[in-house]
Amino acid sequence: MRSQFWQLLSIQFKEFFREPGALFWSFIFPILMSFGLGMAFKDKPEIIQHVAVVFPANTDSSKLKNFLDVRCTKIKNKNSEYEFILDNKKLGKTIDHFFVRTREESDIMIKRGQASIILAEGNGRVNYFFDPANSESRLTYLTISYILSGNSTISNPDEIQTLNRKGMRYIDFLIPGLLAMGIMSSCLWGICYSLIEKRSKKLLRRLVATPMKKSWFMITMFMSRFIFTILETLALLVFSMLVFGVTIQGSWIAFAAILISGSFFFMGLSILLASRTANTQVGNGLISSITMPLMLLSGIFFSYSNFPDFIIPVIKYLPLTLFADSLRSIFNEGSGMSAVMIPFLILSVTGITAFFVGLKSYKWN
Amino acid sequence: MINKAGKPPVVSAKNIFKSFKDVKALNGVDLEIQSSQYTAVLGPNGAGKTTLVEIIEGIQFPDSGEILLFGKHWKHNKEELHHLIGISLQETLFEDKLTVRETLRLFASFYKLPEKRVDEILEMVNLKEKHKSYVVHLSGGQRQKLALGIALINNPMLLILDEPTTGLDPTARREIWNILRGLKENQGTSMILTTHYMEEAESLCDQIVIMDKGKVLAKGTLDELVSASQTNEIIQFRIIGQKNIPDFSNFKNIKDMQYDEVTGQFTLQVANTSEFLPVLIKYLNEIACKVSELRCRYVTLDDLFIKMTGRKLTDNTSGI
Repeated sequence: MRSQFWQLLSIQFKEFFREPGALFWSFIFPILMSFGLGMAFKDKPEIIQHVAVVFPANTDSSKLKNFLDVRCTKIKNKNSEYEFILDNKKLGKTIDHFFVRTREESDIMIKRGQASIILAEGNGRVNYFFDPANSESRLTYLTISYILSGNSTISNPDEIQTLNRKGMRYIDFLIPGLLAMGIMSSCLWGICYSLIEKRSKKLLRRLVATPMKKSWFMITMFMSRFIFTILETLALLVFSMLVFGVTIQGSWIAFAAILISGSFFFMGLSILLASRTANTQVGNGLISSITMPLMLLSGIFFSYSNFPDFIIPVIKYLPLTLFADSLRSIFNEGSGMSAVMIPFLILSVTGITAFFVGLKSYKWN
Repeated sequence: MINKAGKPPVVSAKNIFKSFKDVKALNGVDLEIQSSQYTAVLGPNGAGKTTLVEIIEGIQFPDSGEILLFGKHWKHNKEELHHLIGISLQETLFEDKLTVRETLRLFASFYKLPEKRVDEILEMVNLKEKHKSYVVHLSGGQRQKLALGIALINNPMLLILDEPTTGLDPTARREIWNILRGLKENQGTSMILTTHYMEEAESLCDQIVIMDKGKVLAKGTLDELVSASQTNEIIQFRIIGQKNIPDFSNFKNIKDMQYDEVTGQFTLQVANTSEFLPVLIKYLNEIACKVSELRCRYVTLDDLFIKMTGRKLTDNTSGI
């Protein structure tokens, strides 16, 4: 009995440890991820809150200017940027980062998730502009109102100006990101995983032993996936338009162009990843290793501006970030084709390159 | 090489070598298959059967040697040869959520065949009642019939089947054999079939090729193979108990002998059973050896295979 138990237990372990791919994704990959993310956040245990500040026309008697000049520290080498540190032995530091901007610039910062609240002074009063549905904005509001008004944690409710204009809400930030993420997942699982599965079932081998045109096989796979991504996009778009009143303020042509280039990129990447992978376990890990970091880093749910400064330039050029940021600027900032031309070109060219490299090294048998 | 009818052989493989890393899968294989000939490639797992058929199918390429189908090289005649052959790979899994008809229709489209051909195939492989079933819901035998149907869809001149009945119950196996027999009678198709079932080779094929460790050990018709053996008669019996084990070293009539210590079974190959049997019984009585299950029969492929390789056909080694 005991021997049977140990035999059964040992085969479970052997099966697992004899699959190098599974071993990598189960042990090595999480360690690498935690190492990477841990290193990135190791020195930043504090909470950083981003606040856009709009001065009144006359700054002579401005409360905000006075607050920034007297109680805050000017950030070195940064124009019109200040920080205020709220230190607590147990909680650690809460750093409020203030950006002095025009009202229009502040609105764009909110749309891009670069600031969670706007402090605007007018008629001798400081108003707080934010979306109350966004918990990060509420927390920032509570902190700032505490700092500005001494011991009172809740300032005069009249000072709160709800930001519920289209394009300014958290939902407006979220939907374009979700669209981009959906297309990424759809392409990687729909094309990459499906191809790997067909290879592992020997179906690809069977298909190429017929007069089937390989190019047609790939083109039909691309076409069907592209149609699915359009349908998925339309479904989410119509839903978010009807339920949340999300709108596309920019050019529909730019929207279509970015949608196509983003889809092409992830379809090309799918072919490249599937080109040599022989079994579905490894395929599973491979796809997760691409989608998981991109979802974490590319600011789908929350702005990536909270990541350390040194990593932000890298994040900005990650494919999912380029895709999501472009969609956001079209949705919320009214951007046209010229504003998204660079991401469009980067995504299209790298996607097509990945497709051809993948096809060249594609293992059919 | 041209045959008597002035046509090149359906398959002509000369001196084929193929290695995978350190394993020599094929070690100088020669094979020729004529029109309307059914050839069985027999051998245990790891013999190189699948590698050989995949080279014939154009899925793999030999390290050296020449392979011609209908006198043509794969390199420049891929499109044409794909239309002339029909194949069934070992363990191909088709799309689970496609129906039988949809799967056949997909493959028919590669050959630009009409829906009528799908109906003919459903009839031919007895899957008419299952045409709306998802592949995932088919039994093992039905899946093999579907694979066979796909192989037949383009009405191929050469059918290449890699272990088409492995793992099937005897009824399903015989059903596939009947389809293949019908095909030979009605359409004059040539076929290469790999198997490790002796009965399958004996019952279906004109030519039998015995392979082991990447080499062809023997080939010919069943009669040729048996008559090439020193003898074609076998006396087989099992001894009871481990005492008084017979010693046949001085019996000149015995051409070959195998003794299985585990089962106590003796297999004697003799020139003439009717002459040797009284001698054998007399000797066993003299040494007081009790026996059971005494049988006299002709030599089978199994006996030949054991004689050639020292292994049974169903022995498992690495699969190549």
